[in-house]
Amino acid sequence: MTLEVVVFWGLAVLLIGSALSVVLTKNLFHSVLWLALSLTATAGIFLALDAEFLAAVQLLLYAGGVITIVVFAIVVTERLVGDRITQVSRRIVLGAVLAGALMLAVLRFVRIADLPVERPVIAVDVTRVLGQVLLTEFVLPFELLAVLLLVGLLGALYFARPEE
Amino acid sequence: MPLHAWITLAAVLFAIGFFGVVTRRNTIGILLGIELMLNAVNINLVAFARYNADVVGMVFTSFTIPITVAEVALGLAIVILIFRMKRTVVADHLDILRG
Repeated sequence: MTLEVVVFWGLAVLLIGSALSVVLTKNLFHSVLWLALSLTATAGIFLALDAEFLAAVQLLLYAGGVITIVVFAIVVTERLVGDRITQVSRRIVLGAVLAGALMLAVLRFVRIADLPVERPVIAVDVTRVLGQVLLTEFVLPFELLAVLLLVGLLGALYFARPEE
Repeated sequence: MPLHAWITLAAVLFAIGFFGVVTRRNTIGILLGIELMLNAVNINLVAFARYNADVVGMVFTSFTIPITVAEVALGLAIVILIFRMKRTVVADHLDILRG
């Protein structure tokens, strides 16, 4: 058992367990907290795959930003309706069959696919190369992304504005 | 670890997110399932980028993460708006487009 195998299985158990809790917990607020854990586990997976910058972005934007927004939305809708939101799932068996079929269909292709077994050694600093590529080759989509984020957040603000 | 292991993990995560999307009745719960599915895609992109020693996959991931944040912000704004109109966040009750 090398360190990589131990890290992989630890992160896999953490990720799958918290993801299952997200979709199975009755309390919506607990569900969001489990999502925070699974997003943090994903950041750990990025770290294990030598993508330090993406792990930091994942923690800041997802586990920081998205979770805060979702918690705000739950708090706002709970205050408006006056009682706690409990959520029930419907047709769990049918959903499990569908999701299982989807998973098996994907895994069938994964099994027969010719994928690299060993990860190549990277001599350069991944974060440095990422920054250079983002501001040279991919500078147009990068700037468009900034516009998209601005428009999206302003639109969200406009939708959720207080009623006159 | 071979690349298969990471891809399999991402596929399982995607299936769990899909299960959440089709079984949850609360709109916010459905959004959480979509988040899980997007996460699985990000894991795939980063894993392929690492095992092919190609940084472009990580560039893609750094694009999808902010797009997801914008999507969640807009989705939740729409949820709050619908809640003001209909006093419910249960997807089954949202039938205002039905003729």
